[in-house]
Amino acid sequence: MITLDAHAPSGPLAEKWNRHRNEMKLVNPSNKRKFKILVVGTGLAGGSAAATLAELGYNVEAFCYQDSPRRAHSIAAQGGINAAKNYQNDGDSVYRLFYDTIKGGDFRARESNVYRLAQVSNAIIDHCAAQGVPFAREYGGLLDNRSFGGAQVSRTFYARGQTGQQLLLGAYASLIRQIGRGAVKMHSRSEMQELVLVDGVARGIVTRDLVTGKIESHVGDAVVLATGGYGNLYFLSTMAAGCNVTAAYRAYKKGAAFANPCYVQIHPTCIPITGDHQSKLTLMSESLRNDGRIWVPKKVGDKRAPNDIPEDERDYYLERKYPSYGNLAPRDISSRSAKEVCDEGRGVGEAGRGVYLDFADSIKRLGVETIKERYGNLFDMYFKITAENGYKIPMRIYPATHYTMGGLWVDYNLMSNVPGLHVIGEANFSDHGANRLGASALMQGLADGYFILPYTMGHWLATAKLPKVSTDRPEFKQAEAEVDGKVKRLLSLKGKRTVKSFHRDLGKIMWEYCGMGRNEAGLKKALELIPPLREEFWKNITVPGAGEDLNTELERAGRVADYFEFAELLVYDALERKESCGSHFREESQTSEGEAKRDDENYCHVSAWEFTGVGQRPNLHKEPLAFETVQLGQRSYK
Amino acid sequence: MNLTLHVWRQKNPQAKGQMVTYPARDISPNMSFLEMLDIVNEELVLKGEEPIAFDHDCREGICGMCSLVINGIAHGHERGTTVCQLHMRHFKDGQEITIEPWRAKPFPVLRDLIVDRSALDRIMMAGGFISVNAGGAPDANALPVPKEHAELAMDAAACIGCGACVASCKNASAMLFMSAKIAQFAHLPQGQPERMDRVRKMVAAMDAEGFGNCTNQYECEAVCPKEISVRFIAEMNRDYWRAWL
Repeated sequence: MITLDAHAPSGPLAEKWNRHRNEMKLVNPSNKRKFKILVVGTGLAGGSAAATLAELGYNVEAFCYQDSPRRAHSIAAQGGINAAKNYQNDGDSVYRLFYDTIKGGDFRARESNVYRLAQVSNAIIDHCAAQGVPFAREYGGLLDNRSFGGAQVSRTFYARGQTGQQLLLGAYASLIRQIGRGAVKMHSRSEMQELVLVDGVARGIVTRDLVTGKIESHVGDAVVLATGGYGNLYFLSTMAAGCNVTAAYRAYKKGAAFANPCYVQIHPTCIPITGDHQSKLTLMSESLRNDGRIWVPKKVGDKRAPNDIPEDERDYYLERKYPSYGNLAPRDISSRSAKEVCDEGRGVGEAGRGVYLDFADSIKRLGVETIKERYGNLFDMYFKITAENGYKIPMRIYPATHYTMGGLWVDYNLMSNVPGLHVIGEANFSDHGANRLGASALMQGLADGYFILPYTMGHWLATAKLPKVSTDRPEFKQAEAEVDGKVKRLLSLKGKRTVKSFHRDLGKIMWEYCGMGRNEAGLKKALELIPPLREEFWKNITVPGAGEDLNTELERAGRVADYFEFAELLVYDALERKESCGSHFREESQTSEGEAKRDDENYCHVSAWEFTGVGQRPNLHKEPLAFETVQLGQRSYK
Repeated sequence: MNLTLHVWRQKNPQAKGQMVTYPARDISPNMSFLEMLDIVNEELVLKGEEPIAFDHDCREGICGMCSLVINGIAHGHERGTTVCQLHMRHFKDGQEITIEPWRAKPFPVLRDLIVDRSALDRIMMAGGFISVNAGGAPDANALPVPKEHAELAMDAAACIGCGACVASCKNASAMLFMSAKIAQFAHLPQGQPERMDRVRKMVAAMDAEGFGNCTNQYECEAVCPKEISVRFIAEMNRDYWRAWL
């Protein structure tokens, strides 16, 4: 039985974190090295956490499936990172960043967590600047800012279109310094396969070495999952090929609650699909919406070239529907609006699933050089993929699965309901509610890793009083045997279809029935379609090669196998939440103008799911969301 | 279009590898090079053969994981492009394409087209950082950085650590990779305290890993997917000499 206690400190919102920091137990400096912490994943959250915990003196072991901790998919974030510095003197404050974030998430996040995020945001910029992250600057040498969706102030710090890369390389530099000191033991090309509990406490993991196939146990005093999101469930997404839900899903099967899995962000500015061969979708930073205007033809089925369509026959639908935010309306709203105009038959491009992102006006106003300076790499990327020149003809964009707000449930200390299991970054559910604003993912990942977990971890270790355990324990041996059994089973099937073909079919079901628009009939249909496909997967896939080798097809099979179980959980959550909120749009719940309609009376809670068995309906637990400071309002960006 | 591929296959680091020929049929010009390989691999898997192993992850040109030598050129013939962003429209129907792994002594082949690049991490470990712990930094605007310095630092920092520079160099030198990090910090005030120590330690680490030195052929710059300039190698060399004065 799961109990959900958020452990949010009492007192005024602005005081909570300070007070909590004063009250938490500390670990004596000379005792820190006696504790070992296992950190799985080395993106912004995991990399920064592993480095910072090692700086404090803890023993850290870090794991990543890539060949180096510098490559996690945080690296692909382009646009920027928010902070409440108010360097622009435009009225920004910690409260405003907090309020924009909680409103952007459609009032489905915990006040205390989000306020803390806004509070530590400034320290992140300071630390990253000190690490030598080459942020964009003004001529006077001070830091530059740009605006992002869902905010009316300029609070986004950036490094050209490669902010995620630069921040990740900053975290990587700190991490590699600690690896060099011997404070972190790094396991690259190593994938977590199982979480190990001893007496109900998370005490270790089992990994598979992706080069040798060796299955190994690792023991620690705490386990940190920083394993990212599950967007690849949809097959086509902006995720890296290797991104997967396996670590988080294995923790869920061992008793960790999975919160709000149905909150999946579909990002509005991606390059449209060109054909069945496509392996991924490419996102272009939403910062493009600062200077690009989004439009479709007013007429249905208008096949003229974009530059031949006169001004008065264009529908700048975001500017028309949301005059005060215009092209900078939040991501969920922008994506849904794009789907609507395409559903009406006004979409552009060969398949009609696209809208224009037009820079002609900005180029006229600012000159092509300024646009090049701001977004040059994005225009280059667009050209490489489409062979079209975005400076001359409008770009075509369409929404794609991008970020997952849902994740493992955590309390204020970033610990799951399984004692000792901490979850940070995109892998947890905590800060973005039902929709994440742009430039907030980098902020959250680094807040968790640099400035929150290092404090709360000390409290856990100082209070847990853990017995010494070793990997000889039966719990580890059993987990190893389970992993080995799964590998052998996947290799033994010798069926007639590839893993990828099943993944593609699963993705189609999810996109069709659990994508940008969801309804009861469709979700029930998905629940009918997934189990037989999963059964066929376990009978009919073929995975060549051996388990004791570098076997890329086996890696993929293990990940997709977990997606097949996880998909049902996501659909159950979407079905149960009968309101629309943020990214979760239930067609039954909309205003007369077609906007998402929340139901605060019945759904102002976090849905945290407990595993009951494969193919069985999981148990729902609710954490009520109490708003002490903000007034719940219908989100309006008009 | 239809193509003929000649691909390096090698079961493990100890095995002797060889080139194997495969057809690639019905390839769309809109596919990326890796999507073309995906299709070849799907066919191999259905025949019960092991697919061609290659490194890849983000598939949008930023993670630095993909690493193929195509027709003798690291990342293929398109300038400033990673393999994952190289599209098939740049090839001709009927073309023969050879695909090999990064070849350099410090990069042992793990399987087929996948090599071990951990030597690059070990160079970084020697000094590719500014020694600051989380928590003690002054306000970010307390230290102004002239825009042109920040821009130069960013030009260098754009390196994705793929190792194409090593693969293309006849000396298997990692100097473009290493100088990019050294120059990023050398152009920023934050990087000054450790500047001389950093360059000494990183050069020593590069030598210890068995990478060669630069003899000014600029092959590295030509294949660099982020078009990092060799000027940073010159800057690094200047710093290296100054560090010993």
